[in-house]
Amino acid sequence: MKRVYVNEEWCLGCHLCEYNCAFANSGESDMVKALKGKKIHPRISVDGNDRINFAVSCRHCEDPICVKSCIAGALHVENGTVKIDKSKCVGCLTCILVCPYGALSVSENGTAQKCELCLENSCGAPACVKGCPNKAIVYEER
Amino acid sequence: MMKRYVVIGNGVAAAGCIEGIRAVDGKGSITVISEESHPVYCRPLISYYLEGKTELGKIGYRENGFYEKNGVKVIYGKKAVKIDADAHTVLTDEGKTIKYDSMCVATGSSPFLPKFEGIESVPKRFSFMTLDDALALDEAVTRESKVLIVGAGLIGLKCAEGLNGRVASITVCDLADRILSSIFDVETAAVMQKHIEKNGISFMLSDTVERFDGGRAYMKSGAIVDFDILVTAVGVRANTSLVSEAGGTVGRGISVEDDMKTSLPDIYAAGDCTEGMDISLGKKRVLALLPNAYMQGKCAGENMAGGSARYSNAIPMNSIGFFGLHAMTAGSYFPDDQECAVYKYGGDGYIKKFFVKNGVLCGYILIGDVDKAGIYTSLIRERTPVDSVDLKLLMEHPTFSAFSQSTRRKNFGGVI
Ligand SMILES: Cc1cc2nc3c(=O)[nH]c(=O)nc-3n(C[C@H](O)[C@H](O)[C@H](O)COP(=O)(O)OP(=O)(O)OC[C@H]3O[C@@H](n4cnc5c(N)ncnc54)[C@H](O)[C@@H]3O)c2cc1C
Ligand code: SF4
Ligand code: SF4
Repeated sequence: MKRVYVNEEWCLGCHLCEYNCAFANSGESDMVKALKGKKIHPRISVDGNDRINFAVSCRHCEDPICVKSCIAGALHVENGTVKIDKSKCVGCLTCILVCPYGALSVSENGTAQKCELCLENSCGAPACVKGCPNKAIVYEER
Repeated sequence: MMKRYVVIGNGVAAAGCIEGIRAVDGKGSITVISEESHPVYCRPLISYYLEGKTELGKIGYRENGFYEKNGVKVIYGKKAVKIDADAHTVLTDEGKTIKYDSMCVATGSSPFLPKFEGIESVPKRFSFMTLDDALALDEAVTRESKVLIVGAGLIGLKCAEGLNGRVASITVCDLADRILSSIFDVETAAVMQKHIEKNGISFMLSDTVERFDGGRAYMKSGAIVDFDILVTAVGVRANTSLVSEAGGTVGRGISVEDDMKTSLPDIYAAGDCTEGMDISLGKKRVLALLPNAYMQGKCAGENMAGGSARYSNAIPMNSIGFFGLHAMTAGSYFPDDQECAVYKYGGDGYIKKFFVKNGVLCGYILIGDVDKAGIYTSLIRERTPVDSVDLKLLMEHPTFSAFSQSTRRKNFGGVI
């Protein structure tokens, strides 16, 4: 299946992917309206230091420990994609406790959130990848 | 020949077991003996239910039709009372004998109630373990209720949080000198206690009830507490008797190896009823936690069906929040051990402690800053040598720039 992969040598650390992610999942059609003056809650985050940067998002693990650990049965695998049912999530953050990649975060309303490859929103393919100016993240089969 | 599988208990460990069996064997018959009359539900959500953060329709652990889809027959409202390991049969309390080729004991734990003088005189007393307990409590409380909770552990405090705002007052007492004594040290417990007190809950620590008289508790300290609702959450005991009476090895829990086999032939066990190896401690212990229950159950199920699964990196790990303040703990801590180094970080609204022994991270306690904590948990579970990472940088902030480039390539450039 296609996943988002990182080419850390090419990452500029510009954080554009974070903004594109927040916009893609905002449900708004206008980027300014969606993001301006708001604290954004992207599902991808640029990690690194002054020498190297890389954008971390869910790895869609083949045997995901987050799914096995969720106390609310809110995480599940659908055709290889690890998805979250936010209406079942109670925000206990057990998934954050166990994800080895630091790939989950807390959403604006306190539930957990994670990358669902933009299959759940109107983009249909990862907006972070589409907007990356340097191909430092790619969406492909490996 | 079609294999006959039996699972005793119908909690999360049982659900893991069913999924484990079906990952290997799509045909064999599966029978679940379920004392509780509900399909598998999320036990930890009972406090969220009281709080109104979830509803009965959402508390199920699996989707409707889970049993049908997996070809499972569930016998609701009945208990297994005796295992005959030689004959490979289990007897239920309605006198039915069920034959198995391979069985999993997933009986969980039961609230443990020490002898309190006069407890029979208390008209409204509750445990807080099952959905039925929560429903009964939900029914019993009113805006005027004065609630006394005996036990400041995870279950007692989650109950307190669930009831807060719905009752007139909540008092929690515990014989220990601190709250959540199984996961916090004195310093971190104090941080959480202060936060919980700010939200209106009172504590009486290093104190316990000496005698009950109706709605009055006479405390060891001499204090008197008047209440109308009593919740006892002193502790739980693993349900081991079926296995011990059949001649199997049990300690505090049913003893299992990392393939989830008990000492009895063709009998596996999983979840809160077991004790398995805690690699952070180097000893077997009961790990009464949901992720552990699922992973043990899944491993047991796969092996019952002829697979070769191992669950060999179990550790305690907790994520627990109260009134918006999140805490996470994992592994084991040895603060009095010369060989165990303790690193502490703190600041406005957060405290983090890390314990390093024998060249690996063996435990941590985080309050207030829990972002990406799974990176730490993974260091403990994988026993990653701390000299292979930039530990100081990591403890300050969980980042993959503290790992080698080859680790990052593997994690973010390949299928995992
Ligand atoms: C209030 C509360 C909050 C919790 N919060 C958390 C949390 O935040 N995070 C976390 O990781 N864990 C939490 N836990 C612990 C978690 O719920 C358990 O670890 C998990 O549910 C264990 O699953 P299990 O299947 O092993 O046992 P159980 O869920 O206890 O299931 C065992 C079942 O077996 C049945 N049974 C027992 N004996 C028999 C018999 N002889 N015949 C037939 N049936 C039998 C029992 O009735 C029970 O339904 C919490 C627990 C409670 C009570
Ligand atoms: S959230 Fe973490 S554990 Fe879960 S699938 Fe994604 S990377 Fe894996
Ligand atoms: S925060 Fe939500 S998704 Fe994560 S483990 Fe808790 S209930 Fe499940």
